[in-house]
Amino acid sequence: MAMLSFERKYRVRGGTLIGGDLFDFWIGPFWIGFFGVTCAFFTLVGVVLIGMGAAWQGTWNPWLINIAPPDLSYGLRLAPMREGGLWQAITICAIGAFVSWALRQAEISRKLGMGYHIPIAYGVAVFAYITLVVIRPVLMGAWGHAFPYGIWSHLDWVSNVGYQYLHFHYNPAHMIAVSFFFTTVLALSLHGALVLSALNPPPGEPVKTAEHENTFFRDFIGYSIGTLGIHRLGLFLALSAGFWSAVCIVISGPFWTRGWPEWWSWWLNLPVWRG
Amino acid sequence: MSSFNLKVGAAVTALVLAAILVPTFERPTVRTEQGGFRGTSMGSVENPRLRAQVVARNQVPEAPEAADNDGDRASALYENVQLLGDLSNAQFLRLMQAMTEWVVPQDVRDAGNGCAYCHNLDNLASDEVYTKVVSRRMLQMVRTINNHPHVGETGVTCYTCHRGRAVPAEVWAAPQLPQHGLQAQTGQNRVSRPAGYSSMLVDPFSPYLLRDENIRVISGTSLPRYNTTSIQATEGTYALMMHMSSSLGVNCTFCHNSRSFAEWAQSPPQRVTAWHGIRMVREVNMSYIEPLTPLWRAHPNGPPEAGAPLARLGPMGDALKVNCSTCHRGVNRPLNGVPMLRDYPELRVIRDGPARSAALVPQ
Repeated sequence: MAMLSFERKYRVRGGTLIGGDLFDFWIGPFWIGFFGVTCAFFTLVGVVLIGMGAAWQGTWNPWLINIAPPDLSYGLRLAPMREGGLWQAITICAIGAFVSWALRQAEISRKLGMGYHIPIAYGVAVFAYITLVVIRPVLMGAWGHAFPYGIWSHLDWVSNVGYQYLHFHYNPAHMIAVSFFFTTVLALSLHGALVLSALNPPPGEPVKTAEHENTFFRDFIGYSIGTLGIHRLGLFLALSAGFWSAVCIVISGPFWTRGWPEWWSWWLNLPVWRG
Repeated sequence: MSSFNLKVGAAVTALVLAAILVPTFERPTVRTEQGGFRGTSMGSVENPRLRAQVVARNQVPEAPEAADNDGDRASALYENVQLLGDLSNAQFLRLMQAMTEWVVPQDVRDAGNGCAYCHNLDNLASDEVYTKVVSRRMLQMVRTINNHPHVGETGVTCYTCHRGRAVPAEVWAAPQLPQHGLQAQTGQNRVSRPAGYSSMLVDPFSPYLLRDENIRVISGTSLPRYNTTSIQATEGTYALMMHMSSSLGVNCTFCHNSRSFAEWAQSPPQRVTAWHGIRMVREVNMSYIEPLTPLWRAHPNGPPEAGAPLARLGPMGDALKVNCSTCHRGVNRPLNGVPMLRDYPELRVIRDGPARSAALVPQ
């Protein structure tokens, strides 16, 4: 496969965490590495298992495939394959693949002499997933508290979990997470609009520079975070959204069993206005 | 300000916030029960330590020794026995004793005035003490409730609601909303204890438990374009449902699969019981509680022998009415499901007397 002109510069050996030079090679444009091998293995097994679940279920409709966790009565034990064991095996594969991918990103970062921003950012998403399928189920005492693998079935699960706490919008961590999600979108839209405007001037005008961008925002809101700063801010907002999402679900059940509105009693009972 | 000061300030703020917020949460372990197919997250989540307190608050008092059913009937022995005439003398007196302990306030009983709470002691047959008229109507209500599909074989006694108090601890009345300012109050946007401390309607009861407005706001179609209900009705419905949840100590998925709140085929069977319960509470409020209002208006603080005054009316002058909490008190089966009625067979033979609306006029 043809190599891009600048690509050879990045094809340097080293930086691996495990395996030394053994897996330090490329297949076509793809660098392999030890975690590339494990990632491919877990992905392949996991996808085959999902196919097996679909075959058992008797549907290939992608909306309806549902691989559900075991009954609560199995607690934290292994379940028979057709009664949730399949879900457990797929979960092991998923975590194996996700963690392998994050470690592969770390190895590539080392190889290129970069910081670990990318594996850390991706790791927050993996952490949110692990919170849902491992941390919270372990805290509540059964794998059956995790969500089922299916496009519609996981939405039903989300809805019912929300209504188990009466009104999920009163979950304080949910409030913070939603605010971060919306702020991420706001920041991205402002940033995207700014870049597109600077790069697409009216006919006959030159492309604008970063100073034009800064001037626009200083004029508009009195402050410009700058070309580097906006990406730091974006990373913080996006990771905070994912992090607080994980918090909002892990506190629902293990650390609060009643309706979320009732949690705010401490606020209603502050001595300032309790009266 | 130096960055050291900023760091100390931030640390102190974080500690204060943590000290306020951490104790507001609960902790594992929790007790869960599966309520549907695995992976649907139907069912309950409860804190066993809190649950133990609620269970302890809902114990049934020990029943007195059973009375024999021999001898003449109460209707032959006493005058003006309209509902309990089919009881034997021993049964009749046992029930009178039990009702006194269930309903008359402790201090009145301790002072030896238990009977006088409802009776003229010089003429026990007389209806002149208004509480006797109320009691008679309440006995008819107990009869209605015990024949209602909502309570089934478990049944109720006076104690199920009263718990040793003249007015049950959990009742509702129309709230007094401030009617000044630019916009009159609609009962929204304030803390609503009935609605689980949310900001939904403060009075979800009047439309649904005193009148029989539809508790039905979910769209019947996949897109809500044909839904003609209002935001107000939706908030009212959800507020009532929050009341039912907190009264029974259960969550929404106890009765509903939230993928379709409306569809009966996807709902757990408990929803049928709850449906009957709503009808039962409406009947109790409309047919039994509300018509007694004139008597309570004439005696807003109870009978003269009542000891400490105890309000019989809400802030708007209406009767104190029944909701789910009146019996349930945080457990999904009142008194933890103990079939208390079984120990009081006397309450099974209340006659179906007339409503006697004339007697309801204050004397």
